[in-house]
Amino acid sequence: MYIYDAFDRTLVAERVAEFRDQVARRLSGELTEDEFKPLRLMNGVYLQLHAYMVRISIPYGTLSSEQLRMLAHVARRYDRGYGHFTTRQNIQFHWIKLAEMPDALADLAKVGMHGMQTSGNCVRNLTTDQWAGVAPDEIEDPRIYAEVIRQHVTLHPEFSFMPRKFKIAVGASAHDRAALRIHDLALRLHRNGAGELGFEVMVGGGLGRTPFLAKTIKPFLPKRDILSYTEAVLRTYNQFGRRDNIYKARIKILVHELGAEVFAREVDTEWQSIKDGALALDSAAFAEIAGRFRYPDYARLDDSPRSFAEARRADPAFDTWVANSAANHKTPGYSIVTLSLKPEGGTPGDATADQMDAIADLADRYSFGEIRVGHEQNLVLPHVAQRDLPELWRKLDGIGVATPNVNLISDIIACPGLDYCGLANARSIPIAQQIATRFRDRNLARDLGRLHINISGCINACGHHHVGHIGILGVEKNGEEFYQITLGGKADENATLGTLIGPAVPFAQVADVVEDIAAAYVELRERPDELFIDTVKRTGVEPFRERVYATR
Amino acid sequence: MPLVKAGQIVEDRYVRAVDDAPIPEGVPVIVPGARFLADAELVTRNAPIGVLWPNDKRVAELEPWLEDLSLIALVFPKFRDGRAYSQARLLRERYGYRCELRATGEVLRDQFQFLLRAGFDSFEVKKEADARAFAQAASRFSVFYQPSADGGVPALRCRLQAAPAARAHEAV
Repeated sequence: MYIYDAFDRTLVAERVAEFRDQVARRLSGELTEDEFKPLRLMNGVYLQLHAYMVRISIPYGTLSSEQLRMLAHVARRYDRGYGHFTTRQNIQFHWIKLAEMPDALADLAKVGMHGMQTSGNCVRNLTTDQWAGVAPDEIEDPRIYAEVIRQHVTLHPEFSFMPRKFKIAVGASAHDRAALRIHDLALRLHRNGAGELGFEVMVGGGLGRTPFLAKTIKPFLPKRDILSYTEAVLRTYNQFGRRDNIYKARIKILVHELGAEVFAREVDTEWQSIKDGALALDSAAFAEIAGRFRYPDYARLDDSPRSFAEARRADPAFDTWVANSAANHKTPGYSIVTLSLKPEGGTPGDATADQMDAIADLADRYSFGEIRVGHEQNLVLPHVAQRDLPELWRKLDGIGVATPNVNLISDIIACPGLDYCGLANARSIPIAQQIATRFRDRNLARDLGRLHINISGCINACGHHHVGHIGILGVEKNGEEFYQITLGGKADENATLGTLIGPAVPFAQVADVVEDIAAAYVELRERPDELFIDTVKRTGVEPFRERVYATR
Repeated sequence: MPLVKAGQIVEDRYVRAVDDAPIPEGVPVIVPGARFLADAELVTRNAPIGVLWPNDKRVAELEPWLEDLSLIALVFPKFRDGRAYSQARLLRERYGYRCELRATGEVLRDQFQFLLRAGFDSFEVKKEADARAFAQAASRFSVFYQPSADGGVPALRCRLQAAPAARAHEAV
């Protein structure tokens, strides 16, 4: 956990006061909706189909139990008793009244939380690996660097009115769990030939109507230069990014139109002028930020203690859950536990206030008071002693967050879609529910293995459909909801955009199509353990296309 | 449109040169950027000269004349168009421009503090009520995370000065 000091607390409190004044001016009519819009957006407040929605920032997906309890309080007091965790490791509340928004934000400020820069044309909430700090394959905790950048870009006077939003992700593992290549700017920590630590810098990734994977513009950036180089990228984009067309305003279009090499040269010229200035960071600066992170005081434990192994043998349901939802931790005797927010028939990523309170209590008891939010819209208890897993499992099961479907076909990523969102063309949530119900048989789901379905209700791609193994995109045709299907996308270290398999299908047929695709995979795979995504890569989409459209 | 300088509403002593009309003698004028570049002799006139610089041209083009200009006006065609923030910082921090730097266009209350931090020191404010609220709006935030053109000390440097090397943690 990053621990706020007086600086951080003062800034958040001043921000609440500022927003309270802005809301008062809007309610009195002093501000027009057009003038108020960018102000509320920079506090995460959207006007949706039915009400105002507020998106609360969870920097790099790390929450304390105290913060999660406050989110539960906000859900209960100001909303309808639940919240929605997003693909950007944030949480959204969909039913808060504008007049009560300042009070809700003031409550959140008590635990260092806010909606700053969760929307608007500024640098958005920094994201990273939800297993940061505990993953066995990690070089160093990427949250330290995410925090360095988070501070620098918070209320940045130069970069608060850019051409469009700007998303930054930081990773530090060989295996990319942060979807780096779909970000405007991504930094991957690695060692160069001389053994020094630095970052691979990638720019220009993003989905939406013109999807691009980010291109590497600097293979190795020394750590000291992380802020000056980020500033050079932002300054180049702020000055030269397109502002004539909202659909061409993201940095990916600038990088594409200039070409990555020309863009990189432009950035480099700017960077040479500032790299040795106030933004160069020495070891004391990193140590200052790193020193504000608190790490658990782990017990010295053995891996797989006997009681744990016996419990696995004794109870197949527990064993299934462990195999699915508990991952290796870098510390012996501990596991990283994923809490599925994808129960059958539920809305992906939703949690009730009661669930949040219960999870906060369980985090205190079993996970050093810490919770993570992953971009797959599940929660994580990152530091659980394996000897505690049987007891924890029963308690998680009791509150409905132990469905053993993590990374399986019903672990669906979906945007809120037309049920909430004013931009959507089609519903997402009912599609996710239908698919989850269709594949409710756990043996069937397990047999299908790792399979990621991503659903977006419009071309803005909040459900990241381009990088789903199966991607589903809602479109509107003559007033009816249709869905385009793509196959073969993925967002990891071998990121790929999916391929469209054919004409869009109507709402009522989507679950059937997914069933056809799953059946085709079972026939096509070379071995039972050839993953769906590997089969698609080997065969291409043609055999799936044939199967899906043979009878349609 | 009220002009705010040093936190106060003041009278604007500059005259805007319009189109191709003759430039008035003996009074401070603001000339459009293209006209200025076409006639750099203007800097030899006997009254202060300012330039209105568009937000889609590099401020580096003005570098040869920065000593001669007494004012540079940058433009916010819409307040959501933030290109002039970068231009302002470059003028102040890279090219060392020290005279009046004016924000023009859609200049609203909620930008004041950003504008000050980017190096602006005069403001053609769109709304009278915003101009009157300048001092209050310009001091909403007392802490900053990043170094900028106003020379304020960012949080990280304050922390390091308060507790130099007090924290031992593996880094770098």
